[in-house]
Amino acid sequence: MSTETHDPFAHSPMAQFEIRRFIPMEAGGIDVSFTNSSLFMVIALSAITLFLSLSMRRSALVPSRWQSMAELSYEFVANMMRDTVGAAGQKFFPFVFTLFMFVLFTNMLGMVPYSFTVTSHIIVTFALASLVFIGVTVLGFIKHGVGYLKLFVPHGVPAVLLPLIVVIEVISYLSRPISLSVRLFANMMAGHTMLKVFGGFIVMLGFLGGWLPLAFSVAFIGLEILVAFLQAYVFAVLTCIYLNDALHLH
Amino acid sequence: MPQLVFADFAPQLVWLAITFTLLYLIMARVALPRIATTLERRRDVIASDLDQAASLKRQGEDALKAYEAALAEARASAHAIAAETRQRLTEEADREKAAMQESTSKRAVEAELRIATAKTAAMANVRQIAAETASAIVDKLLGARPDSAALNAAIDAAVTTGKD
Repeated sequence: MSTETHDPFAHSPMAQFEIRRFIPMEAGGIDVSFTNSSLFMVIALSAITLFLSLSMRRSALVPSRWQSMAELSYEFVANMMRDTVGAAGQKFFPFVFTLFMFVLFTNMLGMVPYSFTVTSHIIVTFALASLVFIGVTVLGFIKHGVGYLKLFVPHGVPAVLLPLIVVIEVISYLSRPISLSVRLFANMMAGHTMLKVFGGFIVMLGFLGGWLPLAFSVAFIGLEILVAFLQAYVFAVLTCIYLNDALHLH
Repeated sequence: MPQLVFADFAPQLVWLAITFTLLYLIMARVALPRIATTLERRRDVIASDLDQAASLKRQGEDALKAYEAALAEARASAHAIAAETRQRLTEEADREKAAMQESTSKRAVEAELRIATAKTAAMANVRQIAAETASAIVDKLLGARPDSAALNAAIDAAVTTGKD
């Protein structure tokens, strides 16, 4: 580990989000250092792979507990896709599943004390959201050609309102990657900051007054675990909805 | 704010690309097909089990139907045999009764005939005895045999009156 100028567990609630380079590396003039963020990405990758491969190692007819969990995650995403996209979306199931599992695991790993939350960085969530946005847009144009632009012209709108509506639709379409990424990033960052702040209150108020923030922290951790799951779900569902827009032009 | 340190963007993006691509490849090539196969196999097994259960049920129903049909047939044939026997017995009895009646009436006619013959013979004997007796009585009384014609007329008259 490289020595850092900042104490990783400093009192500043934002210190937990600092990127620390464990193995500084450079390739072709680009900084590719192995950081704490990289470490947790690799942990998430390994955890998902281990979870799905170990639990399905002996794929029994009557599933074991672990196998049942793996199947549950599969069917959860599969049902979500069936409900929002329909049969046409089956080709993109592996992508949405990967996206969901990656966000879910990085969110959940962030709940482990002293760990790092990969999704609390706007650049990561924005990269994922852009991947979705660009992919969906390209898919839409491949599927419908220039006709995909009809997405911005809703049916049954009075001609007078049309210029206004089209502008609004275009803005809303272009803001998709921003809203998608900021939603996840802001939720993660805010939750972890709150936890850190209240953790600091517990220490500050000590044995006498620290019980109230402690109780709040316990409750808040429960909420944060819910948020971690919910944000992964929301990310995946919105991806499905965008996919649906691209596949089935209204 | 550590999120806005631009120098940290590159390593995050590079590692995100590496890990996400790897994860996608593992999911798409290995993990998801395996789960899909398992789920499909389970669905197949359940479906085939249900099919088998349905066919067994159908077999059971068929067996029950066959059994009921056999039972009904047996009952019908038993019925037929009973009716046939009853009819045969009735016919036999009727026939015997008729034969008996016939022979009885024949015998009665014969008996009547015999009685009539016997009666005629007896009447003839009685007449002869009466004629001889009357001839003997007249001989004893008068000392002479009566004229046979007068005697016969007298006996005829007596028999005729005696008959009434």
